[in-house]
Amino acid sequence: MSAPATAAPPAPPSPAKADERLVRRSLPRKLLGRPELGAVVGAVAVFVFFAFAADNFLEPAALGTVLYASSTIGIMAVPVALLMIGGEFDLSTGVMVTSSALVSSMFSYQMSANVWVGVGVSLVVTLAIGFFNGLMLVRTKLPSFIITLGTFLMLTGLNLGFTKLISGGVSTDAIGDMEGFESARTVFASHFRLGGVRLESTVLWWLALVVLATWILLRTRAGNWIFAAGGGADAARAVGVPVNRTKIGLYTGVAFAAWVSGQHLLFRFDAVQSGEGVGNEFLYIIAAVIGGCLMTGGYGSAIGSAIGALIFGMTSRGIVYAQWEADWFKFFLGAMLLLATLLNAWVRKRAEATK
Amino acid sequence: MARAHRGVRIAGAVLAAVLGTTLAGCSSTGGKQAEEGSGDKSGGRSAAGTPEWTFAMVTHSGDGDTFWDIVKTGAEKAAAKDNIKFLYARHDEGQQQAELVQSMIDQKVDGLIVTLAKPQAMKDVVGKAVKAGIPVITVNSGSADSKEFGAITHIGQDETIAGEAVGEELNKRGKKKAICVLHEQGNVGHEERCDGARSTFDGTMENLYVEGTNMPEVQSAIEAELQSDQSVDTVLTLGAPFAATAVKAKESAGSKAEINTFDLNPAVLKGLEKKELGFAVDQQPYLQGYQAVDLLWLYRYNADVLGGGRPVLTGPQIIGREDAGKLKSYIERKTR
Repeated sequence: MSAPATAAPPAPPSPAKADERLVRRSLPRKLLGRPELGAVVGAVAVFVFFAFAADNFLEPAALGTVLYASSTIGIMAVPVALLMIGGEFDLSTGVMVTSSALVSSMFSYQMSANVWVGVGVSLVVTLAIGFFNGLMLVRTKLPSFIITLGTFLMLTGLNLGFTKLISGGVSTDAIGDMEGFESARTVFASHFRLGGVRLESTVLWWLALVVLATWILLRTRAGNWIFAAGGGADAARAVGVPVNRTKIGLYTGVAFAAWVSGQHLLFRFDAVQSGEGVGNEFLYIIAAVIGGCLMTGGYGSAIGSAIGALIFGMTSRGIVYAQWEADWFKFFLGAMLLLATLLNAWVRKRAEATK
Repeated sequence: MARAHRGVRIAGAVLAAVLGTTLAGCSSTGGKQAEEGSGDKSGGRSAAGTPEWTFAMVTHSGDGDTFWDIVKTGAEKAAAKDNIKFLYARHDEGQQQAELVQSMIDQKVDGLIVTLAKPQAMKDVVGKAVKAGIPVITVNSGSADSKEFGAITHIGQDETIAGEAVGEELNKRGKKKAICVLHEQGNVGHEERCDGARSTFDGTMENLYVEGTNMPEVQSAIEAELQSDQSVDTVLTLGAPFAATAVKAKESAGSKAEINTFDLNPAVLKGLEKKELGFAVDQQPYLQGYQAVDLLWLYRYNADVLGGGRPVLTGPQIIGREDAGKLKSYIERKTR
C-alpha cells in the first residue's frame, strides 16, 4: 500500500504497514482477507476429488508428474500475476517462451558457440521483447491488451519465419552434442529425487520465483508501487509512484520468466518446434485469476498464482489418471475458472464486510 | 412465489414447442437414421481369452480431429476383440504429449502406442517407457526415429513415399503446375509430403501455408493464389476437410485446377463421385489404430513382432473415382 492519502484500495494485510492494520484481528479474519483463500479451498477440493476418482493419483510417481505440469505453468503465472496486480495484461507470454528457446538454440547452432552464449543472447533478446511491450504501453497509452496482442502475432510469425529461414525446417537443429549443453541442462532441466518422488528442477525455479515475488510484493517499496499502479494509476502518480517505470519493470519480469521457461523447453527436449506456445498465455492468466488476481488490477498474490497453477496441474493430469476422455479437459478448466472466481469474489465480499 | 410459477410454466411451454417442432420436422433422408443402418454388429465381446491388459495410446491430435477419431475407433475395436482396457490421450504440443506419456507410465500400462510427430520432445519419455519394460509401438508419424527410440514396430505411412506417389500420379494426369497447401505450420510430416511430391513431379510445385484452424482464411488464401496465377492446374491439400474448401476456392476464383487431397472423409468421397476431385491418397487410419493394438497384443501374448525391423506401411493408397463407390459404406460408418 502506498501512503494513506491515495485512492488505491487496500493491499493484502502485512503487519508492517498502514494504521488500520494495527488493529488486532482474529486469525480466521486475517485468513479471510487473503487473496488466495478461494484458491486454497479450490485446490483442496480438486485434490480430494481426484484422490477418490483416480487410482494412481496419490502415488509418488504421479505426484512428481503433477508437480512438473504445475511448474511449467506456474513459472509463468508468477510474473503474470504481478503484472495483473499492476493492472496490465500480457497476451504474448505463450509464444515468448517459444521465441526464447528458439533464439538460444539457433544462435548456439549457427555460430557453433558454447551453448551458454546462446542462453545469454536469448536472455538479452527476451528481456528486450518484454521491455518493448512495456515501453509501447507507456508511450502509446494504448490498452495493454491491444499492444501485447500485436506482439503475440508478430512473435508467432517471427518464430515460424525465422526458424524456416535459418534451419530450413519447422524445428531447430538438435544441440545436444554441443559444448555447455550438459551444464545448462543441469541448471534448467535436470531432475532429482526427494523421498521417492522424482522432481524436475522447474519445481525449484517455480518455488524460487514465488518466494521472490512474494517478498517483492509484501516487503519492498517496488511491491507497494505495483499495488498502487494497478489500483489507481493517476492517484499513484499524484503521490509520486513511478508508474511507468513500474509497468516496464513488470513486463521485463514476465520476459525473464519466459526466458527461464524457454530454456527449460530447449534443454529438456534438445530441439524446439517453432509453432508451439500459442494459447498458453491464457493458461497463465487463468492460473493467476484462480489464485485471486483481479482483472481490474490492484489485488492478488504470487502464492495464489502458484496454487492456481497447482489446480491446473492436478486437473490436467488427474483427468488422465482417472482415465476419462481428454475431450472434457477444457470444459473442466473453464468450469473451474468460473467457480474459483465466484468463490474468490464471495470470500472478498465477506472479508470486506467484516473489516 | 407467483413469479417462480410463471417461470416454470413458460419453460414448459418452450420445451413443448421445441419438442413439437423436432417431431414435425423429420428428415426422410440422411441424418442419424441413415448411419444406423450401416453400423457393424459385433457387440464388442472379447474372444481373446487372455488376461485384461491395459494399453494406452497418446497422439499429437488436436481438438476434434476426424482423422484421429478414426484411428481411435480402430484401436478400440481391436481392444474390444483382444480383451484390452484401452486408454487414450492426446495433445498437439510436443511437451504436453510427452507429459501425457509420462502419466501413462505412472499408471504402469502393459503397452504403449505413441505418435512421433515431434520426435525430439518424445525421445526421453519413450526411452523411459522402454526402460520400464513397457513395449512401445509408434504409429502414423516417426518412422525415422521409431527404431532408435526403442519401439518394437512402426505402423504408418512413410510421408515421403506417399508424396512421391502423388507426384507420379500427377505426371500420369499430365499436370504442369501445382500448389501444395500446408495447413499446419511446423508439422514435419506435411513438409515431407510436399517435398516428396515435388521430387517426382515433372512440373513445378509451390508451397502455400495456411492457417488450418481457420477455414475462411484457408479458402481466401487458396482463392488468392489461384486468381494470381491462372496457369495453376493442380491444388494438393494435405487433409480431407481442406479438399472441400479448395473446391469452393477454385469455383469462386474461376480456375480450372484439379483438386487432389490426402486422406478421406464423406465429403471427399462425394467430391470424387461428382468429379470435383481428382484423387485422394489414403493411409488407412483405422488400420493404424487397429494394427497397433493388435500387434501389441501379439507381442504380449506370443512375443511376435511384425515388419522385420522395417516400418509396416498402411499407405499410400491412391483412391480414384472408381474406388470411391466401394468405400462408401465404410466411410459413412466412420471407419475409413
